[in-house]
Amino acid sequence: MALGLAANIAKTHLLAKIRQTVIASLGVTFGIAMFIVMISFMTGVNKFLEDTMLTATPHIRIYNDIETNRRSILDEVKSGEGRMNVVYHQKPKDEKLNLKNGLRIAERVRREPAVLGVSPQLTSQVFYNYGPSELTGILTGVNILDEDALYDIKTKLKSGSLEALLSSSDGVLMGKGLAEKLNVTIGNRVSVTTPKGHTILVKVVGTYQVGIGEIDNVRSYANLSTVQKVLQEDPRYITDLHIKLTDLEQARPLAKRLQNTYGYKAEDWETANASILVSFTIRNVMTSVVVTTLLIVAGFGIYNIMSMTIYDKMKDIAILKATGFDGHDIVQMFLLQAIVIGAIGGTAGLLIGYALSYLLSITPFETGDFLAIDTFPVNFNPWFYVSGIVFGILTTVLAGYFPAKRASKVDPVSILRG
Amino acid sequence: MKTILRTSQINKYFLEPVKFHVLKDIDFEINAGEFLTIVGKSGCGKSTLLYILSTMDTAYEGTLEINGQQLTGLPQNQLAKFRNEHIGFVFQFHYLLPEFSAIKNVMLPAMKLGKYTRKEIEERAYEKLRLLDVHEQALKPTNKLSGGQQQRVAIARALINDPAVIMGDEPTGNLDKSNSQIVFDILKELSRSYNQTIIAVTHDTDFADNSDRTIEMSDGMIIKQ
Repeated sequence: MALGLAANIAKTHLLAKIRQTVIASLGVTFGIAMFIVMISFMTGVNKFLEDTMLTATPHIRIYNDIETNRRSILDEVKSGEGRMNVVYHQKPKDEKLNLKNGLRIAERVRREPAVLGVSPQLTSQVFYNYGPSELTGILTGVNILDEDALYDIKTKLKSGSLEALLSSSDGVLMGKGLAEKLNVTIGNRVSVTTPKGHTILVKVVGTYQVGIGEIDNVRSYANLSTVQKVLQEDPRYITDLHIKLTDLEQARPLAKRLQNTYGYKAEDWETANASILVSFTIRNVMTSVVVTTLLIVAGFGIYNIMSMTIYDKMKDIAILKATGFDGHDIVQMFLLQAIVIGAIGGTAGLLIGYALSYLLSITPFETGDFLAIDTFPVNFNPWFYVSGIVFGILTTVLAGYFPAKRASKVDPVSILRG
Repeated sequence: MKTILRTSQINKYFLEPVKFHVLKDIDFEINAGEFLTIVGKSGCGKSTLLYILSTMDTAYEGTLEINGQQLTGLPQNQLAKFRNEHIGFVFQFHYLLPEFSAIKNVMLPAMKLGKYTRKEIEERAYEKLRLLDVHEQALKPTNKLSGGQQQRVAIARALINDPAVIMGDEPTGNLDKSNSQIVFDILKELSRSYNQTIIAVTHDTDFADNSDRTIEMSDGMIIKQ
């Protein structure tokens, strides 16, 4: 039979019972819309958390990993078979945490082709004192322009400017949470005390917010020289190199190579954030489970509607068969209807799914200071929409095919004789 | 006289609820242009026989031959094609498709056959409707027609492909006296003027008495032909 006749009959069927057609399409619409909203939202959250983690994490961090559990001198001098040395209360060696030649290493790492930027840092635990408030925190000495190239600090400034830090000898850019806890604003002077007991008065020249409480509530940026001064170290003294790469995936092999080349511990972001990555994996698995469940439920809904539509038409099918239409014609006829219902319902589903996702993405979402986020994160990935419509049509066609196949095998005699 | 339909040794069993021998050794022939009625009490197997003749029921023993072609054992899709081309069926109930207009109902089997262009099919369908005097209802949806009109549209549908034989399963069973008469007259006219072969199962004795030949059945056997 020409496809035209099947299409003709299919069209008449769809239009004759427009309400049923609409309801069948709505079944598809609902399934696809929910699929779009769920997958957009869930992957949006995952992506947001992943991005937030990555913006504040170096891809590779080189630092001096001090072995505290060292061999005693006695062991070094007198050791061998049948001997056992016991040294009580051995204290760790007074070793500096710095990277020797750190700045030169930085220059050489910077020339690696895969490296986007290197920021030498000098980090120290400190006490912040402002009036009666006293907080523990971290003071990180950086070249703020290098740091900005890595972490885009400029966009994260809540007040003040990078230049203000550059041009002052004792300025700090303070984490927003920390500044609020200390109750300081731009221009206030805060005293900073190092573990070794040195104290310095610094001036707040700006505040920033990365979006992660663990950083915003404890860390301040200062110029390298400021921190070197308070630690009473020389101008070449740095403890960390933070490295950003052009390609995330290269972090692990490059870290290994750098560690071998320079002899300092080089830790890639995956190793440093192993526990967070596990939680990402779990969340991704959960997303897949939820989305799959949703699709299966939607699929069964579509199947139900399609088989109901077809069983409704059993008598018509019997008549068509009696007048000479064969099984293929019947299958074709209902498959075409299924495709139309799938396409219309699916398209409507995409539109509604998009509308709902959009509404979600502008819904205010209060997280306090913990995360830098104002509204729900939603991932508008075109692939979701492509797979949504493909799934919608595919399921409808499958859901239409099986009942149609059964209907095409129906014995017209048993229907027509009643 | 040309034989248009021949059965030999047709036997059929119903297996549910218990095995039951419905048709026993049915042997008969119908000549072209004959108006044949099959009568008998309810349950004697006459409708069952008709559905076997119509090729829709294939679960039987024996052989069936229409228009010189043996149909027993052909696959379903070929039988459908054969029905489309050579058999017109009129049921007790009109069984028109409710979504389509009267003329579209008539046209569908011809569109399936695909022998003529759409325009020709439309003309032919209109012609058939005029023959049955329902051409004025051509564009109406079938559920807006009266019972007699519906049955006449159904007959027009049976005629559209110029079938070798028209089969009717109590074609007047659902109609009142005057409509029955109209339908009967139409069938008679088709048989006489157009040499159309007709087989009809009926309860109506007037109907049977006025046909060319009557086969009487009882308990699955032909007792008089």
